Amino acid sequence: MRRTSTLAATAVLTPLLVLGLAACGQSTGGATADAQPESGPVTISYGIWDKNQMPAMQKIADEFHAANPNVTVKIQVTPFKQYFTTLQTAAAGGGAPDVFWMNGPNVKLYAANQQLLPLDQTISRAKLDLAKYPEALVDLYTYDGKRYGIPKDFDTIGVWYNKALFDAKKLAYPKDDWTWADFQSAARTLTDKTKGVYGAAAPVEDQAGFYDTIPSAGGQVIDAAGTKSGFDSPEALQGIEFWTSLVKDGASPTVQQMTDTSPGDMFKAGKVAMYWNGSWAAVEYNGVPELKDAVNVAPVPAGPKGQVSVIHGLGNVIYAKTKHQDAAQKFVGFLGGERAAQIQADAGAVIPAYEGTQEAWVRAMPQFNLKAYVDEVATAVPYPASKNTKAWTTLQTDLLTKVWNGEVDAATGLKDLATQMNAALAKEK
Amino acid sequence: MAGVLTDREQASGSVGATAPGGAPWGSGSRGDTPAPGRRPGRSGRSGGAGRGMSRMRRNDLFWAAVFILPTLLGLVVFYLWPVVRTLLISFTETGPFGGSEFVGLANYGALFGDARLWETMLNTLKFTVVALLGIPVALVVAALLSTEGLRGVRIYRVLYFLPVVTMPAAVGLIWRTLYNGDVGVINALLGLVGVEGTNWLSNPATALYAIAAVGIWLSLGTQIVIFLAAIQGVPKDLYEAAALDGAGRIRQFWSITLPQISPSVFFISVLAVIGALQTFDLIFVMTGPTNPAYPQTETIVAQFYQRGFVENQQGYAAAIALVILVVIVAVTALQFRLQKKWVHYV
Repeated sequence: MRRTSTLAATAVLTPLLVLGLAACGQSTGGATADAQPESGPVTISYGIWDKNQMPAMQKIADEFHAANPNVTVKIQVTPFKQYFTTLQTAAAGGGAPDVFWMNGPNVKLYAANQQLLPLDQTISRAKLDLAKYPEALVDLYTYDGKRYGIPKDFDTIGVWYNKALFDAKKLAYPKDDWTWADFQSAARTLTDKTKGVYGAAAPVEDQAGFYDTIPSAGGQVIDAAGTKSGFDSPEALQGIEFWTSLVKDGASPTVQQMTDTSPGDMFKAGKVAMYWNGSWAAVEYNGVPELKDAVNVAPVPAGPKGQVSVIHGLGNVIYAKTKHQDAAQKFVGFLGGERAAQIQADAGAVIPAYEGTQEAWVRAMPQFNLKAYVDEVATAVPYPASKNTKAWTTLQTDLLTKVWNGEVDAATGLKDLATQMNAALAKEK
Repeated sequence: MAGVLTDREQASGSVGATAPGGAPWGSGSRGDTPAPGRRPGRSGRSGGAGRGMSRMRRNDLFWAAVFILPTLLGLVVFYLWPVVRTLLISFTETGPFGGSEFVGLANYGALFGDARLWETMLNTLKFTVVALLGIPVALVVAALLSTEGLRGVRIYRVLYFLPVVTMPAAVGLIWRTLYNGDVGVINALLGLVGVEGTNWLSNPATALYAIAAVGIWLSLGTQIVIFLAAIQGVPKDLYEAAALDGAGRIRQFWSITLPQISPSVFFISVLAVIGALQTFDLIFVMTGPTNPAYPQTETIVAQFYQRGFVENQQGYAAAIALVILVVIVAVTALQFRLQKKWVHYV
């Protein structure tokens, strides 16, 4: 028996590992003393998640170092899937990077919990003019009247299409002023069951999906104050059915198929003719020799309320508890300037947020109709976000997957979603 | 049950005389074994701590403490303290970056009304039952690998052990492509024999079992190695005696090998259950919230992660973690009670 009880002890201790996870991270804080210039060399860390942008970020860091020999910037790349979990744990433990990338769904959470340094001083020291960035992005990084992030870049949504598949059906390529009806009929014409080709991909996708079609139909995902769900409106239903009808008619692969093989991969393999994707996709397609000249992009088709894309962009933020506030402020000031934007534009990875530098990005890949992305800014709507965005985007994925899959009809599913989302939003206060 | 018994009888019957009646495995050898437990070796030791030895004994104790300390420290810092913290957090509403408010038993109260939590619990239990099916497989493979004169045993052993030293995340990714409904190898092979496969990982009817199969495959190596070692520890004369009595190989397996290694089987089953109840990495890699089969595959630990690290409800997640602990302790305790009925300590 004795041997077995030792075994038992070992066995029972194992699950405690799980508990260990739960206990990570405590403590609050966020002192906002004035930045004291430091003497002697300092190294600050810069947290990012996209390795495609590493070369441009490194170049910016190098130029910054050349201008400020005392400050070295060390870039840390964490893949997006782990980025925010890692960041949150690090921030709670007092060890987040000095400067890091932030996005729309998370900024209010970090700002409301005093994890970010208000940037008024940074802005005034670097003499940044906020009018140089798209207004929707400046607003995205404002919380309680204070600025917490300097817009770094932006992305809008476009429809990528495979030219050969259009040619095969003798169909004209999408025009800049095409409509929902044009898109829907093209999707059906392009579908070729015998070849395993689908006209379009309609995944359960928010940013490059129903976040665009709902406002195109005149609805909204969340109200401007970020306190009430818009999913229970007839317009939202229209924006959702835009996608579900494609799946129902077989013009798009099923949710199950798109779970096994990502729709992006199907598009790259020539199995999907039209695929909605963000401006970030351009650099990827440009890098694949077989795709470079085989695909092109059109703006999103116009819905009942016109052509509307969602706009989102990253911001550079400073960790509230950084030990090198002065250096971090200088670096964020540099990141927010025209030169840093120019470097990003030349690399072609993303559209820089700084006014007037987008042209270089458009010209960087001349075979694509990238102007479509930039022109959409005029009518774009901000990315839906609230203080704890993740709490309701989880519901959104859960319930809409059931709608897509036909387990629940769209009207009932959306009503449910709105009710549950409103309950989650009520908890944020 | 009757059918199973007959099969066994037929299998072993070919040799001739069937040893002790037609009784199921184990019962034959149970009579030969002395009463379980109470080995004489243990009590003899305590007499050593006489008065004359006291200085040496104190010295021993000192050094024992020195050797235990590093492990003990690790245990306290990384296991015990987090458990205490988790217990405390479970009584609070804790913000995403810390800062908490005491809410008493509110988190535990909310657990009962949380339908999703019970669904994930049910999924986990199903997963555990399926995972246990891996044990007979490991037993059979281990028995085959210990066949005398088998060529290339080492190669097989390495092959079976390989998954154990591979990262579960990598394994999950590879299996995802194997299971792919449109271009997966499994469906391609099934197609050769005219069977139409499905989207194994996104079909709510198959996903849980498809993932559990990978879980079994992953843990097979460890189980086989432990069973192999146990089988090698079975005294050879038992087999010789059985052979003289006319027992064939299969009869020997049921009547000698299995009862003799039952402590190892028990050990493995305890570990397998605990491992299965904590399944997370495979779920995390092979499915996800956008998978239509996610409601049928999400395990309770995945739900814990979702609540604590995605939705920022750390207090509630801590309560879930404690429920997991209680369930695991209860199931393990149950196994320890049941083992008295079937495990033989020689």
